This record gives sequence, structure tokens and C-alpha cells, in this order.
Amino acid sequence: MADAENNSRIATKELTLNMGPQHPATHGVLRLVLDLDGEVITKCTPYVGYLHRGVEKLAENRSYMQILPLTDRLDYISAMSNNLGYCIAVEKLFGIKVPERTEYIRTIVGEMSRIANHLLWLATHALDIGAMTVFLYCFREREAILDLFERLCGARLTVTYPRIGGLKNDVDAKWLQDVYEFTNEFPMRVEQYETLINKNRIWLRRTKGIGVISAEEAINWGMSGPTLRGSGVPYDVRKIEKYGVYDKVKWEVCTGKNGDIYDRYRVRMDEFLQSNSIIRQCIDQIPEGPIMADAPKFTLPAKDKVLSDMEHLIHHFVLITKGPQTAPEGELYVSTEVPKGELGFHFVSDGEGKPYRMRVRSPSFVHVSALPKLCEGEMIADLIGNIGSIDIVLGECDR
Amino acid sequence: MAFADMIWVFIKVSIVVSVLLLHVSYVVYFERKVIGHMQARLGPMRVGWHGLLQPIADAIKLFFKEDIMPSQADKPIFYIAPLIGVLAAIGSVAVIPMWDGFSIANLNIGLLYILALSSVGSYAIILAGWASNSKYSFLGGLRSAAQVISYEIAMGLSLVGIMLMSGSANLTDIVNAQSNYWFIFTQPVACFVFIVAAIAETNRVPFDMPEAETELVAGYATEYSGIRFGLFFMAEYAGMFIMSALVAICFLGGWDGPDIWPLTLVPGFVWFIVKVYGFIFFYFWIRATLPRYRYDQLMSLGWKLFIPLALANIVFTALMKLIWN
Repeated sequence: MADAENNSRIATKELTLNMGPQHPATHGVLRLVLDLDGEVITKCTPYVGYLHRGVEKLAENRSYMQILPLTDRLDYISAMSNNLGYCIAVEKLFGIKVPERTEYIRTIVGEMSRIANHLLWLATHALDIGAMTVFLYCFREREAILDLFERLCGARLTVTYPRIGGLKNDVDAKWLQDVYEFTNEFPMRVEQYETLINKNRIWLRRTKGIGVISAEEAINWGMSGPTLRGSGVPYDVRKIEKYGVYDKVKWEVCTGKNGDIYDRYRVRMDEFLQSNSIIRQCIDQIPEGPIMADAPKFTLPAKDKVLSDMEHLIHHFVLITKGPQTAPEGELYVSTEVPKGELGFHFVSDGEGKPYRMRVRSPSFVHVSALPKLCEGEMIADLIGNIGSIDIVLGECDR
Repeated sequence: MAFADMIWVFIKVSIVVSVLLLHVSYVVYFERKVIGHMQARLGPMRVGWHGLLQPIADAIKLFFKEDIMPSQADKPIFYIAPLIGVLAAIGSVAVIPMWDGFSIANLNIGLLYILALSSVGSYAIILAGWASNSKYSFLGGLRSAAQVISYEIAMGLSLVGIMLMSGSANLTDIVNAQSNYWFIFTQPVACFVFIVAAIAETNRVPFDMPEAETELVAGYATEYSGIRFGLFFMAEYAGMFIMSALVAICFLGGWDGPDIWPLTLVPGFVWFIVKVYGFIFFYFWIRATLPRYRYDQLMSLGWKLFIPLALANIVFTALMKLIWN
């Protein structure tokens, strides 16, 4: 009795722990300042900006074509999707309509990039929670996709494959065949990952009912992508914006129910199979045709013409060195569904060949800001699970 | 004690300690290879044939690395902590009978001695966590303290069943008591509880909370570098050897092999090593398969499942003993 009274009189103090920017599980250079009561987090404050490279400001002094490689460096895990998002936004600004074959190829590579991104997400998320083998299995498949990207455009990570008004180069039948073979095998691989963790009691106890966010709150926080769909909101920009050929193939928006780590995990696992099926349908339907839009003011002339014809050579030279000299005046916001959520580009154009202002709405930034909501009142171990489940990359968050 | 006896003990000690240290470095290699192949990769391949010299390269590297001492650390404790860990681990080997009649000290309370030393070993982690004066180390140390308290109990209780069955706490007697049947068949519950507790006791996945590299960077070892870190590493793998040896001795009949003709020619030592390494392989297998428990879930598992299970096992075993005698 006396002991209990003594104990209650001992003053306790919260422990402030500075987690990151260098930490194995903060997915880059995220810094979190945690107030801990024992191991329970009472307050979590994220600090971002350690990977800030001023992409938005850099864009103001570059022509629209020159900005494209910068977008690779936003979300370097799924660079292809970022390139596509940027190109689609600029095309809308310029009023360019790309050929159908290009739309198909873009959809294929976009979904491949989604699979590659989700593979990296699953790998790191599982490793954070302690399942080491999943990590290496996922990298095996990601490697296959990166190899395909390398054959397609010469680069594995920062691809810069799409161009404003089209693509860098066409795909050949052999490449499509190999992608098809990959999609044949991939569902079996997903099953393999699931046998490792899906029914694992430890995994379930670490993910079910943890990091819960309701649908309403998730919307209020501005979440998007699988992180929002995990809470049961069937919001997918691919269905709404009608870019690519998503309206010509059959696929479903995957949603969860409870909004916990497990549901966000399930949504992404289901998206593996949806993306896989989208790729297969696209390869079945892909038509022949040109890959560059007919918009000579903004798109590069064909290489054989450049090598044989003076006017095309000059045109090519001017576009490469100076970029398009004019752009339609105005302001627009275009968003696309990248693997991490809704990636938006907001342009203010004053009619010159470079944007007056470019703003990037990055899903990672929004998700980082919602992190305190997810993890306050839970334990350090859950924080790690939460960081994994919102799938952030700091390159995109800090821009 | 006669002079010749002392020489004999000294020789035994040097053999066991050197074998143990070599074992520790090669069991790390073994682990990296096994997990590598489970994860569709090769493991170490560069140093020597199939990376066989990797452990030696690692040891040399650890010896020559700078020994960093945090300026705010509690210096004497910081120095002593890894030594406690290694000494406790190596000390336990003294009572382990590798084959019939071979153990450095044939203690009549061998089992208790090992349990006691493994508790001392956890002091190493707690003190290291405290002395580093780093928050990650501190949290790791606290987790270890909590974990050791809960799993030590379950482990001790599970071994009570063995003591009841064999009527002795001497490890040689325990093996001899299994000449008819192994205790894994008569004490499956104790075996299960002991194996789980052994994993928790050695801080291995899925109970590696004190280090939990994705949560606490490296837990208690965050501030350690060079050979001091190496000593913790050594203590962990020596601890694995001891726990595996205990499983072999208490549940799998120690050096006892099958009684079929060509197999009876194999010396008992080989059977012992096979069983120990079989269990160490099991450790690796678990590490490659399972995610990590959360610290409070681990505690509730220990207190709500394993301790009651072990207690029930004791009562049941004692009752059976009473009825049959």
C-alpha cells in the first residue's frame, strides 16, 4: 500500500526521441520528433525538407521539355508514372492529343511502374515489420520490371521515357511478348508473398486494427491513392480523369473497409493483380500506328527526317536548345493516379516557353502530414508499420 | 585436486572455448548461407571458396575497427557490459555434456547453473542499454529487461517438468534418463514452451525486440563499435549454441543415437552436434520466415500463454508421476 503511494508520487517525464533523418525505417530522410510515454507515442511531429532540391523553382527557368527529367527525381521509385503525369498535364496545357498506340504503351508502362512501386513498398513494409524474406522476393520481381524498362529506354530508374506528345521510342513485338510472359508468371508470385505473410498471426497482430483512419478523416486529411482506398473510399483518378486507355480495359477500384494498416496492405496487394490484368488487356488490344502526336510546335521531328532534311534539322535544333518558344496562356491543374496517390501538376503559363509557376501536389507530402493522426497513442513499433503503410518517398514529399 | 587433473581440466577448457569461438564465427557464416538460399540469393561468396573465409575476414575487421566511446557514456559499465555477456555465454558451456562423460564440470545442478548464467547474460544487454546514454539503446535495454523477466520464468517452469521426469538437475543424468524414450515425446508441451522461450531468451526473430533494427536502429548495441560490438555478437551466437544444446540434452536425448546397426557405430558426439545444428537451423528458418512481434504483444503472449501452459505442464507431470509410482 505504502509502495503504491510512493510510486504515484514519483514524477514521470516524457522522453523526446529524435527519429531520423538517418534511420533505417523512415524511408529516406524523414525526421520525426517523438514524445514517448514508455513506448507509447504521445506526440509525433514530422519534419520534412531534407531532400528539398527546389524542383518547382528550377522548373520556372526551364522549357517544358527540360522539366521532364526533373520529374523523374520526384518519386524515383516509380519515375515512369511521374513522367507520365507531367506529360499528360503539359499536353493538356498545349492541347495536344496523343495517338492511340501511345496511350496504350503509356498505360502499360504506367501499370508496370505501379507494380514496381508496390513491390518496393511491400518489400520495405514487410522488412520494417520484420519479415525479411519478402523483401528479397519482391526485389527479384522488381528487378525483372527494371530490366524490361532498361530494354525499353536504356534506363532503369530515372527513365524519362515519355515525351510531350508521345514517347521516346516505339516498343517492339518481342518486348511486348516478354512483358506478357512476366504477367503470366506474376500472379503466382503475388500468391507466394501472400503465403508468407497473409495468414501469419504475427503479421495480422501487427497490422489489424492499427493506424486506423476513418473514411471521413482520410478525405479531410487529403489522402489519396491506396492509402485513401484502404479506408473504403473508391476514389481513383484513373476512373475519373479518363486518361490513358483505362476506359477501354476492364478493371476495378480496390478498396478496403477498416482503414487500418492491414486494409491498406490488402488494397495494394489487390492492385498488383488489377495492374497485371490491365497490362495483359492492353497488350491484347494494342493497335499499330504512330507514337508521336502531330504537333510540330512542341514535338521533336522524326529522327530520319532530321538526318536528311535541313528544315527538320533546324527545327530539332531549336526545340532542343531553346524549347518551344510559346505556350498557351492560362492556368490549369491536372492530376493523375501515380502508385502513391494523386499526383497533380498545377501550371501557371504566361505564354512563354516555360512555366511561370509549376506546383506539384505530391501525395507523399500529404500523407506525411497525416502521420501524427495515424500514430499518436500507439507504440513505436506501430509507427514503423504506419510509415510503411502510407507508402511515402521523401524525394516527392520535399520536391 | 591432483596436478594431472588440473592439466586435464585446462586442456578440456581450452578445447571447448576454442571450438566454441570458431563455432560462433562459422555459425554466422552458416546462417548467412542458409538464409541466403532461402531468400533466392547466394550469401557470402567472395572471400575464399564459397565465402568460407568470410568469418575470419569479419573477425579481423572487427578487431581493427575503431573502438568508439560516446562522450556521455557511463564508461566503466560501457566497457564491462559486453564482457559480461560473453563470459556468461562461455561459462554456460562448462556444464554441457557433449558426449558420455565429457563435460568440463559435471555439476549436479547443471540446469540451474545454465538458467542462472543466462539471466546474468541479460544484464549485459540491460547495462549496455543504460551505459550508452543513448535513447535507442535505453529503449532496447528496457525491452530486454521486460522480455527476460517474462521469458525466464516460462523457461524455468518448462524445465521443471524435465527435472521431475529425470529426478535430477544434472545434465548427464537427464540424458541417461532418456535411454528408453526421448522427453520430447513425454513432455511435448514443455518442449514447445522451452523452444519459444529459448528464442526470446537469445533475442532472435520474432522476439528480437531489444535490437529491432527497423525500430531502434540497433537497440542496445547502437553505440557499440568494433570488437565490443563483436563481443555482443559472439554472446548472441554462443547463447544460441547453449539453448540448442539444452534442447538436444533435455528433449532429444543428447548424444543418444538410434539403435540400428550401422548407426550405432557413429560416435555420440556426432549425434549431439547433429541435433544442436538441426535446432540452430530451425532458428535460422524462423528468422527467414516470421515478422517481428510487438513488444507488448510479446509480453502478453509470455504471461497469458506460456507461463500458464508451463505451470499446467508441471502439475500434470507431477500428477502422472504420482499415479505411476
